[in-house]
Amino acid sequence: MSIRLIIILFSFFVLGKIYSKFKKQELSKVEASLWFVLWLGVLFATLLPHATDILALYLGIGRGADLLVYLSIVVIFYVIFAIYIKTRKIENNITKLVREIAIKEKKD
Amino acid sequence: MNIFIVIPAYNEELSVGKVVSEIARVYPEFKIIVVDDGSSDLTGKVAREAGAMVLRHMVNRGQGAALKTGTDYALAKGADIIVHFDADGQFDTQDIRAMTEPILSGEYDAVLGSRFLSKESNIPFLRKIVLLAGKFFNKVFLGVKSSDPQIGLRALSKKAAESIAISHDDMAHCSEILEQLYKSNLKIREIPVVINYTEYSRKRGQSSLNAFAIAFKLILNKIFKNY
Repeated sequence: MSIRLIIILFSFFVLGKIYSKFKKQELSKVEASLWFVLWLGVLFATLLPHATDILALYLGIGRGADLLVYLSIVVIFYVIFAIYIKTRKIENNITKLVREIAIKEKKD
Repeated sequence: MNIFIVIPAYNEELSVGKVVSEIARVYPEFKIIVVDDGSSDLTGKVAREAGAMVLRHMVNRGQGAALKTGTDYALAKGADIIVHFDADGQFDTQDIRAMTEPILSGEYDAVLGSRFLSKESNIPFLRKIVLLAGKFFNKVFLGVKSSDPQIGLRALSKKAAESIAISHDDMAHCSEILEQLYKSNLKIREIPVVINYTEYSRKRGQSSLNAFAIAFKLILNKIFKNY
C-alpha cells in the first residue's frame, strides 16, 4: 500500500465531499470550483509525478516534489490569511450583536 | 450640561463599587454608566447598587467594545461631555474635574490624561518600558503624538465623541481613538494625572507582552484599512 495510493483514494474522497457539499448548497459555485481544482491538482500530481518534474524544471526548481512543497506552503499561507480575515469579521459581528442586546436590555 | 462617566468593567466587583460611589459622592450631577463586559462575578450588581446605570454585554468582548457601547449609549441619552474612566481604582476621582474644565470652558474638544506629564505615578518598571515603547510606536507608525497613548482616562465633548468610531474591541482601541481624534482636527489638550498602581490593580492589568500583539494588529489595520 503505497502513499500514492492513499493520497489518490483520499483525493477522490475529498472531491466527492466537495460535490456533495455543493449539492447541499453549503458551498457556492465559486468556492466548490476552487477547492475542486485544488484537489484535482493533488490527484494530478500524484498520478503523474513526472509531470511535476517537467513543470519544476521549467520554473527553475530541481524536483517536482520541491515544487509541490513550495506551492503548498504558499496556498496554506493564503488560506490562513483568509481565515484570519473571516475570523475578524465574525468577531466584529458578535460584538455588534452583544452591544445591541446590551442596549435593548437596559432597564430604565 | 449632561456629563456622563463611562466605565468599562470586566470582573471588577472588588473595586467598581468604590469607584462608582466615589464619583457619585464628589460629582452628584454626573450620570455614571458602567458597561459590564460579560463579567462572571458580581460586577454588574455591585455597580448598580453603587448608583450606576449598568449595560451588560452577554459575553466578554474587550475594553474597546465596552467603551463604544457605553459611549454610544451616553450620546443617545444626550451627553454633552463623556469621560472614560477605569474600574480598577487606579485613576484619581479628583482628576475628573481638571479633565472636564477645558471642555466646559469651550476651549477644547478632548482632554487626555497623561501619566508622563507628572512624576507622581508609581509606574512599575517593566510597565513603564512597555508604555514608552508604545509611545514610540504610536508616534512613528501611526503619527500619533501623545505623551501617554495607552491611558484610558479621557474626556470628550459631544463633538469629539461623535467623531470617533471604535472598531478595535481589544486594547488597540487606545491608539485608534487617538488617531481619529487627531485626524478630526479637534482641539486636544493633555493634562497630567496620577495613576495609583496598587498590588491589586497590578494583578488586574494587561500583560506587558500583549503590547506586541496589539502593535502587530495596529500595523495590519493601517495597511488593510478597516477590513
